[in-house]
This record gives sequence, C-alpha cells and structure tokens, in this order.
Amino acid sequence: MNILGSIKRLYHQFASPPYFYRISGLWLPYIMGLFVLLFAAGLYSGLILAPIDYEQGEAYRIIYVHVPAAWMSMFIYIVMAVTGAIGLIWRLKLAEIVMISSAPIGASFTFLALVTGSIWGKPMWNTWWVWDARLTSELLLLFLYFGVMALYNAIEDKRTAARAVAILALVGVVNIPIIHYSVEWWNTLHQGPTITKFDKPSIHLSMLVPLLIMAVAFKLFYVGSLFMRVRTELLAREQKSKWVANLLKK
Amino acid sequence: MFDAWLQIFKRDLLIAFRRRSEIIHPLIFFVMVISLFPLAIGDDKVLLQKIAPAIIWVTALLATMLSLDNLFRSDFDDGSLEQMTLLKTPLSLLVTAKITAHWFITGLPLLLITPLLAVLLYVPTEMISMLLLTLLLGTPTLSLIGAVGIALTVGLRQGGVILSLLILPLYIPVLIFATLALQNSAQGFSAEAQLAMMLAILVLAITLSPFAIAAALKVSLN
Repeated sequence: MNILGSIKRLYHQFASPPYFYRISGLWLPYIMGLFVLLFAAGLYSGLILAPIDYEQGEAYRIIYVHVPAAWMSMFIYIVMAVTGAIGLIWRLKLAEIVMISSAPIGASFTFLALVTGSIWGKPMWNTWWVWDARLTSELLLLFLYFGVMALYNAIEDKRTAARAVAILALVGVVNIPIIHYSVEWWNTLHQGPTITKFDKPSIHLSMLVPLLIMAVAFKLFYVGSLFMRVRTELLAREQKSKWVANLLKK
Repeated sequence: MFDAWLQIFKRDLLIAFRRRSEIIHPLIFFVMVISLFPLAIGDDKVLLQKIAPAIIWVTALLATMLSLDNLFRSDFDDGSLEQMTLLKTPLSLLVTAKITAHWFITGLPLLLITPLLAVLLYVPTEMISMLLLTLLLGTPTLSLIGAVGIALTVGLRQGGVILSLLILPLYIPVLIFATLALQNSAQGFSAEAQLAMMLAILVLAITLSPFAIAAALKVSLN
C-alpha cells in the first residue's frame, strides 16, 4: 500500500504542469542528445556497414527509415488513445495535452512511412503506388490523424476539444484492427503484385541491429519533440497562472 | 426505460413525417448521383454492370452521411437534447431510439429505391437480392458510426466537412465487405463469410457506439 501510495504521489506530481515543465526541460537535452547519437549510429550502420541485400540490392536500405516510421505511426496512435482515455477518466490536463501534441507528430511519421514506402516501391514494384494492404491501411491511418487534427482545430474551447478528440481516438483505436484486417482480406482477394514481404525470422542480425537502433532513435525523437510541443502548449494554456509569471520574471 | 425509448422513437418518426423533405432529399441525392455515373462513363453495359455495386455503395455511403446532419441538429438547437441527458433513462439508450428512427426514415427508403437504380445500372436481377442484403446489413452500421461523428460535430458551425473527415475512414470496412460480397456472388462464389463479417461489425457497432455517442453528445453540450 505504501509503495502504491508513493507511485500515485509521483504520478500526480509528474502530471502537474509546473513540475512537468521543469523536469522535461532538464531531460530534453539528454533525450535529444541521445537521439542524435543513436540516429547517427543507426544511419551509419544501416547505410554503410550493413550488407547489401542479395535480392533488392542497395535499395532495401530505405527500410531503416521506413520501418521505424511505420512502427511509430501506429505506436503514436495508441499513445493518443491511451492518454485520451486517461484524460477522459481522470480529467488530467497533461494527458490531454500529450494526446493532442502527439497527433501532428504521428501524422508526420505516417506521411514519412508512406513516402519512403512509395520511393522503395518504385525500383521494387516499378510503380509509385500499389493498393497493397499495408500501404492502404497506412493511408487510412493518415486519414484518421487528419480527422483528429481537424476536430481539435474546429472546436474553440480547447478543453472541450481535447475531450472530443479523446472520444474520437478511442473510437479509432477500436476500428484500426477492423480496418487493417478488412483491407488485408480485400487485398488478398484482389491479389495485388505483392512480390516481396520481409520474412521476419530470415532477416540477418547485421541488418536487424541497425533497424533496432533506428527504432529506438525514432522513439527518442518522438519523446523529445513531444516534450517541446507539450511545453509550448502548457505555457500557452497556463499563461495566466502564477508559475508561468514566475518563469517570465527570471 | 423502454417507454422512453418508444416515445422518442415515435416522436422522431412523427417529426420526419411532418417534414417530408428530410426523407426525400437524401433519396433524391442518391438517385441523382447514381444517374451521373452512366452519363459520365457512357452507356457501356459491361463496364456499368461491373462497377454498379461500387457505385451504389459509395453513393449510399455519401447519402447516409449527408442525411445524418438531421439526426441531432434540431434537438441540439432547441435544447431538447439537453433535457434528454437529464432523464433517468441513460442517454446511450435514448440515442439508439433516435438512430433507429433515423434509419427507418433514411436507410429504409434507400433500400426500397435501390432495385430501381440497380436496373438503371444493368445489375442482373438475381444480384439485386444480394445487393439489398448487403445494404440491409450495412446501412445501420453506417448510421451508428456516423452518429458518433455527428455527435462530436453537432455544436460546430462548419461541421459538415469535418464530419466527412472523421467518419469516412471508419466506413471503409463496411464498404470493403459489402462490395466483396457482391463481387463474390457475381462470380458465383459464396458470400457468406463477408455477410457474416458485416453482421459482426453491425453487432459490434450496436453494442459499443451508443456509449461513444452519448459521451460525445455530453462533450458537445458542454
């Protein structure tokens, strides 16, 4: 009980805007620094050290950007749904802000995954776009992000907007598996030109390690840019409060 | 509890029959858009026959979405929606009454007019029953999902465009399974699996969406 109580206290402390603002400011340089290091390491090992793929040649190297971006696009949507639920249930302002600040980052990752996917598709499939199941569900995910951002911008009162967006994100997260499997089923019956799929166990360790480094780097980038957005949003929303005034005085 | 449900159901039907344009306008839209396709494509019987299920389904989707605007609008404007939240009966139950009534007003006429439009697009007669079956299973789902979107946007001035951004991605599974079922049955295969999936999605929508709709309405009324 004592441990639970201290966890709860820590949680509330972390969720208070001035505390979060201070702590995130301390962490931010380390997060971004670590991101730069891992990103450089991942790019170097992925683009230069990793062996050439015997089937796809050099062109496969785009997966070091594409795959982590695609992972992030889904991960961030889930983060939005979870923080949205927290915001709805406990009315936690910070959770709402984390949710809404995640949306543009998630949309950018989704867009990046789509663009790198089609750049990869050009030499591989000889076409920029294929109605492949994964591409299509990624496109639909981008549409879901657009819906979230449009709804948030349309509602004047930002606290109401955050609650509306939280409901939408939760509805979306229930729908994502349905959309994904329906698209997959649709695609298998249409039999698109899906020549290549990465066989998960067959990827060699020397190719896998850079990928994992890049995935961690992308996560760090997300956390770092999320912190920046949340800090700005906190200042904007709490501009009349005492702690912001105190900050300005310094 | 069921009494309140029935009251709202009857009231909504009555209001709709007093203002028939609400029933008729989405239907006219449906008919007009579908007749645009042969005009744009040309009188190509083979092509039209092939894409007819897609045309009918996409248009039905858009017509449903447009007609949804009436679902909560007037109740929101005159405050009766606020009164409903004060009732002892949970709002999540009451909204199902409104949606059921709305489906009878807009979904059912759509179904009734579809055979006529199917003939215009050269759909073979034996396909029409399958087309109606997919619409029967699909349009209630569209109404339920769409109601979530409309509940979120009812308080907004320019809700229409945003509504389409919110709910069109969510409509895609229904569209996919419906058109797959039609393609399968056109090629002589069984469409049972797709119809079962549509039914499953409908059941899921019936059980979950009322809660989302009620929560969204409470946010909009805030």
